[in-house]
Amino acid sequence: MDVESARLIAAALAVSIGGLGSALGEGMIATKAMDAIGRNPEIQDKLGPLVFVTMAITESTAIYSLVVSLIILFV
Amino acid sequence: MLKTKSGSYTLLFIVALLALSTFLGLEKPEGASVAVFLAPEVLFHIGSFPITNSFFWSIFLSLVLMAGAIKLNYSIKQQPGSFQNLVEAIIEGGFKFIGTLNRNEKQAKILFPLVFTMFLFILSANLFAFLPGSAAVTFDGSTLFRSVMSDYTVVFMLTLVSIVTAQVVAIVANGPIGYLGKYFNFSSPLAFVLGLMDIIGELSKILSLSFRLFGNVFAGEVLGSVMLFLMPFFLPLPFMFMGLLSAVIQAFVFSLLTTIFITMAWEAPPPKESPVAT
Repeated sequence: MDVESARLIAAALAVSIGGLGSALGEGMIATKAMDAIGRNPEIQDKLGPLVFVTMAITESTAIYSLVVSLIILFV
Repeated sequence: MLKTKSGSYTLLFIVALLALSTFLGLEKPEGASVAVFLAPEVLFHIGSFPITNSFFWSIFLSLVLMAGAIKLNYSIKQQPGSFQNLVEAIIEGGFKFIGTLNRNEKQAKILFPLVFTMFLFILSANLFAFLPGSAAVTFDGSTLFRSVMSDYTVVFMLTLVSIVTAQVVAIVANGPIGYLGKYFNFSSPLAFVLGLMDIIGELSKILSLSFRLFGNVFAGEVLGSVMLFLMPFFLPLPFMFMGLLSAVIQAFVFSLLTTIFITMAWEAPPPKESPVAT
């Protein structure tokens, strides 16, 4: 395997494995938020910003792996 | 959601602007390749000091924000006009939000200017990236405009400001001895190892905080240019909407985390007999 194909495979592996965890985590956050809104619909306004913030924090691991794979690909 | 007629007109206008911006982006002399720049492009030199396009835009944005602040400061009235009303609403909302994070009102008043300035700077830097036609303005073959937060040095310096402030606050709140004692704890072997782990934790805050902002903005830019390359004009639009959303949220998250770090550092050292809850 030459270096070029190894780089492509490495970038794909980095972003796919790295994205897996944060995808699961964001799904959990969304499920819990929907549960809470279903139980108490008045809380929706208060919950919205919190959900966005926690999702953005959970997403950061996926972003790290995306940055790593972009660096592998383009630098 | 948009009940008024003017609201739907505004939405149409924004869509038209976004479409126009992708159209103008097509005219970039790129040829058939996706252009991804990690390092900013040097526009010109003053002496031996290189002026890069992201440096130029960060200075420009700072000047715009300062001019707005100075104008507001001199035209402040008892009965506010529309601009003053808008700024007052934003600042009041921000202060209330920081008040929910830091219950101590005196601390919140000291903390607020730093955090809110960070928020405004990051937000304006992120939103100016969606200015239509900005990619078409070039200077010496390199684009004059660059989304400021996709340059890692700017993000890194902002992160250093927030982390160093948190450390200084911790030193002032605990005293130098107490501050060092938090990391070099000789009471038991376990506490010593945990203290050393805390040092690594503080250092990793720099990386995680800066990569979060930089990665989101940079990945958004790369995604946009790749989509533009795959299918021009229509495919980038949904990604641009997502980029608008993440531009606001990342600015919010950055200042929120700065607030939390500084608030955590400001807390009084826990009393000896109670176990440390983390």
